[in-house]
Amino acid sequence: MNLTAEKNCTWNPTAADRQHFLTELGQLLPADSVLSDPETLAPYECDGLSVYRRLPLAVVLPETVEQIQAIMRLCARLKVPVVARGAGTGLSGGALPLADGILLSLAKFTHILELNPLERWARVEPGVRNIAISEAVAAHGLYYAPDPSSQIACTIGGNVAENSGGVHCLKYGLTVHNILAIGIITAEGEHISIGGLAPNSPGYDLLALFTGSEGMLGIIIDVTVKLLPKPEYAQVLLAGFPSLGAAGTAVGRIIAQGIIPAGLEMMDQAATQAAEDFVHAGYPTDAVAILLCELDGVEAEVNAQTGTVREILESCGANHLQTAVDEAERMRLWAGRKAAFPAVGRISPDYYCMDGTIPRRHLAEVLERISRLSEKYSLPVVNVFHAGDGNLHPLILFDANREGELAQAEALGGEILEVCVEMGGTITGEHGVGIEKLNQMCVQFPEPELRQFHAVKNAFDANSILNPGKAVPTLHRCAEFGAMHIHRGKLPFPELERF
Amino acid sequence: MSDTDSLLALEKQVQTAFESGTPLSISAGNSKSFLGTSSADTALNISGHRGVVSYHAEELVLTARAGTPLAELETLLAEKHQMLAFEPPHFGPGATLGGTIACGLSGPRAPYCGTARDFVLGTRILNGRGEYLRFGGEVMKNVAGYDVSRLMAGAFGTLGVLLEISLKVLPMPEQELTLAREASASEAIELMNSWAGQPIPLSATCHQDDRLTLRLSGPVAATSEAKRRLAGDQMEEISNDFWPKLREHTLAYFNTPKNLWRISLPSGTPPLALTGAWLTEWGGAQRWLRSDEDGARICQIVAKAGGHAQLFRAGSAATEAVGPPPLSEPMLAIHRRLKQAFDPAGILNPGRLFPQS
Ligand SMILES: Cc1cc2nc3c(=O)[nH]c(=O)nc-3n(C[C@H](O)[C@H](O)[C@H](O)COP(=O)(O)OP(=O)(O)OC[C@H]3O[C@@H](n4cnc5c(N)ncnc54)[C@H](O)[C@@H]3O)c2cc1C
Repeated sequence: MNLTAEKNCTWNPTAADRQHFLTELGQLLPADSVLSDPETLAPYECDGLSVYRRLPLAVVLPETVEQIQAIMRLCARLKVPVVARGAGTGLSGGALPLADGILLSLAKFTHILELNPLERWARVEPGVRNIAISEAVAAHGLYYAPDPSSQIACTIGGNVAENSGGVHCLKYGLTVHNILAIGIITAEGEHISIGGLAPNSPGYDLLALFTGSEGMLGIIIDVTVKLLPKPEYAQVLLAGFPSLGAAGTAVGRIIAQGIIPAGLEMMDQAATQAAEDFVHAGYPTDAVAILLCELDGVEAEVNAQTGTVREILESCGANHLQTAVDEAERMRLWAGRKAAFPAVGRISPDYYCMDGTIPRRHLAEVLERISRLSEKYSLPVVNVFHAGDGNLHPLILFDANREGELAQAEALGGEILEVCVEMGGTITGEHGVGIEKLNQMCVQFPEPELRQFHAVKNAFDANSILNPGKAVPTLHRCAEFGAMHIHRGKLPFPELERF
Repeated sequence: MSDTDSLLALEKQVQTAFESGTPLSISAGNSKSFLGTSSADTALNISGHRGVVSYHAEELVLTARAGTPLAELETLLAEKHQMLAFEPPHFGPGATLGGTIACGLSGPRAPYCGTARDFVLGTRILNGRGEYLRFGGEVMKNVAGYDVSRLMAGAFGTLGVLLEISLKVLPMPEQELTLAREASASEAIELMNSWAGQPIPLSATCHQDDRLTLRLSGPVAATSEAKRRLAGDQMEEISNDFWPKLREHTLAYFNTPKNLWRISLPSGTPPLALTGAWLTEWGGAQRWLRSDEDGARICQIVAKAGGHAQLFRAGSAATEAVGPPPLSEPMLAIHRRLKQAFDPAGILNPGRLFPQS
């Protein structure tokens, strides 16, 4: 992908401009909070999508909200692009620096500001790690529900910016369902509060609009999260199936039965094998697909539901069925799933993680299409799947050191996402568009919708200094992409397809 | 009129209004017209654009056109033992899906399951230029583009005419149980909050007139265990019908010539020193006040407690306008720019949500 294709074009600095800007930055922040020589910048050159790397002009590490405001005012005046960064675990290049822009790291904002156990909320700084919230409130029997697999590293600010999910979001919701308020510094450096502890916030639901907005609308400086009581008891079932279709049917039946499991995850045989080799979770490696189903609540309730789910799994043809006998076994069964990405990392020099979501009824067909695409490109694909909510993570295995393989992997990934769109799904369930899926945005959205997105951006950031060129492609880019690419599943008369 | 015709007619009407700068007042069932007023006198009626587009019970997703009566959807869902978990108030037999989402109102289950916006997965709208746009979709997780669909919830039609909405639905609980006991207002607020911090399947709470009422929902094993822990044997078990009456404001409490205020607060706020009759629900976070006290004083005291007040239904002695509370200056500026982004000519329900919206 051409990284220089899009950037904001109002700031075209000369060497002297750059120097002048760095001097001004230096007046706003202590010397050790501004990094600008290539060596110190290197750790910030990429996020979790490490195939894209670029150095910014500078990295700033402010410590106070006032410093963030001052930085934003300076950047607004000179129209310098600003990319916010939490932990840099994002998988779509959202925190990839922009050349001649600054990378604003929230790494020093790691305080839990307020905690109210009775009202069950905590107000935290954006750089607080996801898991640190649950750890800090555990003594009150509470926790923060969204649990991305990256939770030991990723920050709550990044979670809000991506609307992150986790294996428990089927029952407990995504980030957007679990936050009450955020504080924002706007592109002009103004401080505004969105949402609140009281419900029915007046005006538009800006909290929803900001969640998942990928750092395009404002800098998040605090987040008030909802806390939930820890479930008293949890049980996990592991089932092995002779086919992916059978496992998919079981998922539908469980939900149709009126049971919303706390987690419902599927892995195909290759992913199961990789995870088993890595953590020895005790997975049946002869199964074509495995399903992990967690139930939680009070013990009597969990026991009753476990019985029902067992019956459903059996009736759907499970040939391996196991219920964790104790907490240690439950943790071990989950460890395999949670380590699925690194496990795949062990069997291939590189892997490329996709994030499409589909209506679940099309699962078997989509997996079949993926396997055909995998053959077409001669690259193996391993599937990890948030089965309950239809979020697929096909992992494409490749070797970046082999000439052209990265490009092939990207092309294969693009086609997989287009299949998701064709099936009525979306190109990203939780990882965001970032820089990675700009072309696929052109497939998912027609021009009027894209124009509307740009108008929304413009309402918050008229000079486009916040993460410019990410998340929403320009119409120009889509026109170019369209010209060299025949959209799959698109009717010749798009204006008619809605009827 | 066929679906296509009704859609084309609406599209044409908005496009014409955009060109001529004619403000439109969007309506369907007129059940919530008491909530805020728009200055437009040309009506855009969407009640003809109705019908369920798809319902996939196994995937917990329902898509219907905005003019579909809410009652029709609830009947359809009940056949599969599913429900709209935010328990939307109808406030009249004509309530439609579009009006429900546009007003963003939720019922007694909201603090425990989520509000209207939490269940919105996708929308199809006409923006203020009359452009037909689709956002979100029918899947549970979707972060492609800004979340314009959820933005529509509670926007009172000022950003777009809702045409079609996809919602997440949930299974109906296996059992529901309503229990009541005596409690003072402050004791009730304390209890509602501390219960919500324990693994108890609460699905609604209400306090009025020294009486605390709660609902437990879930598998029988869970509700009976919770009843035991809450010493439910010593409470009176009453009919579950209490909750629809609360939701629809048909409890005797709501039958009053006085002003009815909706007071939104941090859930643990102790009772406020405002005279009138109180009804507290949503675990303490949403409270109703029947009172003829001066509106400015009510707003001031509520704001001091970290909340906001809205005159919900005007009584005979009302001096304030019914409608959402005002926005702060910087927020108002953002709201105006956002309005401009969707509706540059300012023709969609102007003034319904904030001045010049
Ligand atoms: C091994 C692995 C497993 C993962 N598993 C999951 C998973 O299960 N579920 C899931 O949803 N994701 C997962 N992710 C993706 C990633 O962890 C999430 O997207 C996470 O929310 C990113 O947080 P971060 O702090 O690292 O943000 P970053 O990567 O630093 O930034 C992400 C985006 O947010 C913006 N941003 C960050 N902070 C702010 C702020 N304060 N204000 C405004 N914008 C901001 C950035 O500009 C960027 O666009 C995984 C990643 C890895 C590497």
